[in-house]
Amino acid sequence: MLDGLTWDLVALQLFTGLALGAVYVLLAVGLSLIFGMLTVVNFAHGAFYLVGAYVGYEVLTLGGSFWLSLAVVPAAVGLLGLAVERVLIRPLYGRSVDDPLLLTFGLGYVITELVRIAFGKSGLPFDTPDALQGAADIGIGFFPLYRLFVMAVTAAVLLALWVALERTRFGLIIRAGARDPVIVRVLGVDVATVWLAVFGIGTAIAGLAGLMAAPLQGVAPEMGSTILAEAFVVTVVGGMGSLAGAVAAGLVVGVVVSMTSLVAPEMAKVSIFALMAVVLLVRPQGFFGRAGLMSG
Amino acid sequence: MAVSSILARPAAAVTSPWLLAAVRHRFLLAAAALLLMPALVPFTALATSILVYGLYAVGFNLMFGYLGALSFGHAALFGAGAYGCGIVLASLGWPWWLALAAGTASGFAMAAALGTIAIRARGIYFSMVTLALAQCVYYAFYQAAGVTGGENGLMLPALGRIRVAGLALDGDAPLTRYYIVAAFVILALFALSRILASPFGAALEAVRENEARARASGYDVAATRLLAFALSGAFCGLAGALQALQLSIVPIETLSIDTSGLAVMMCLLGGAGTYFGPFVGAAAFLLLEASVSVWTVHWQLAVGAVFVACVLFFRRGLWGSVVAWVGR
Repeated sequence: MLDGLTWDLVALQLFTGLALGAVYVLLAVGLSLIFGMLTVVNFAHGAFYLVGAYVGYEVLTLGGSFWLSLAVVPAAVGLLGLAVERVLIRPLYGRSVDDPLLLTFGLGYVITELVRIAFGKSGLPFDTPDALQGAADIGIGFFPLYRLFVMAVTAAVLLALWVALERTRFGLIIRAGARDPVIVRVLGVDVATVWLAVFGIGTAIAGLAGLMAAPLQGVAPEMGSTILAEAFVVTVVGGMGSLAGAVAAGLVVGVVVSMTSLVAPEMAKVSIFALMAVVLLVRPQGFFGRAGLMSG
Repeated sequence: MAVSSILARPAAAVTSPWLLAAVRHRFLLAAAALLLMPALVPFTALATSILVYGLYAVGFNLMFGYLGALSFGHAALFGAGAYGCGIVLASLGWPWWLALAAGTASGFAMAAALGTIAIRARGIYFSMVTLALAQCVYYAFYQAAGVTGGENGLMLPALGRIRVAGLALDGDAPLTRYYIVAAFVILALFALSRILASPFGAALEAVRENEARARASGYDVAATRLLAFALSGAFCGLAGALQALQLSIVPIETLSIDTSGLAVMMCLLGGAGTYFGPFVGAAAFLLLEASVSVWTVHWQLAVGAVFVACVLFFRRGLWGSVVAWVGR
């Protein structure tokens, strides 16, 4: 089986891995942003991803275009996130760190079941938008246009996040708040509103990730809980709360999955978790995690 | 550490002699309650499920309630027990009681293996790592279809006639089967009461309350955490093995995230860190599921909503609230 391997094939598979990793990056960045700022491990993150895919499906069904859903999905899922933070998560600040984790876990159940009630239990097809069908020659071979588009969107989101965090006053407050919320509050900043916004941004990106994944795999109520475990692997490997770590680990995980499916397809899913086990044994805090965080 | 703020009540605060007596004899009281349960629950199969899932939640509670580590990967331990029991029954033809022992040992071994990696992470990282490791086990068992049956699940022979202490019993009669399962659950509860009363039980709570202080006091924290996880795996493994006997099939969903979540929900619903709470939680969960599913297939919506409400307003759980109220 390995005889058929050429350098071009390996390079193409490597690139496929990066494209696969792009969706992981989007999910992990949202998780890490929310965790780094609010210390909330959002177990409902997969559910927001699920809602994003279904909102996109609904936009298409109502006659809208894929490009419209690109704007509608983050807005809708972001608003849902705002409501969830305000009503359910805010009362839990200051309580045990397990509480928001448990709450979002139950919330994930509720959201998934609501999606089942609205759209049925079976999966639904989701076509690749017409303009993005086909493949482009990228020098090492032909590569699906849609996957290139997913990578471009991810890059754009990362750039926007970087500018927002590093170049704006809002970003300054977020970074300061992640270090020391008490001092930031003393300086007269309304921390509650900042946290609300951060949660909304994180969930909006999760929704966008769901929309990006929809043409690749269709939409189904189970997609949220499956991706959640993988998104956690990415955040743990990257280092909790580290955005750079989320990006690096997302790409690494994508490449590992893609390369494993080239040589041993049946081991592709297991390889993600094996990677995490190895990283944890060698470097418990992950790629870019602060030492001591894991032991706190 | 994390749950301590809700759970910890200094023992000195308990003054009622009745409550002290109840705590001292909690194993006997729990055993009596389980023996009487078929008379209180609408049908026997449900009562047996309460036993099985109650024991599963007991194993989870050892980690969550007593050690303070929130695991989201207990499906791997429950599933290891179910598959361990099922494989020796279906492929090797061992007698059922040896299969139960094999299931318990599988749960213990699986927990020891996963625990070696997982206990390196603390707090919420532990939750995420255990969840991810359990997913790994799910996919591994899914792929090993030759041994596990893959996505079709593992079919087991029916229990049939079994001989216990010279008596021939019909292992497939619901009430007989309830009491066979109950015998093992009560045995496990006795073991739990001995574990909690031992110096190791004290070490568990010391680590939960303050890990640094426990270490300074000379406890081997890493070994305590690993042993707690492995023992938790033995309880969950026995529960999984009993489940396999009860259903005569081990579906692959036994290893899914939902099964891990089940332990968390039942334990919290009943009251984390209480001796009998897991059974109350399992009963509440299964009764809720049974009654809601009469009028809608979307019972998970109700269960999820009740759980969210529990986290927000009712953190002690049903049994935990009763214990707190009596203890005032």
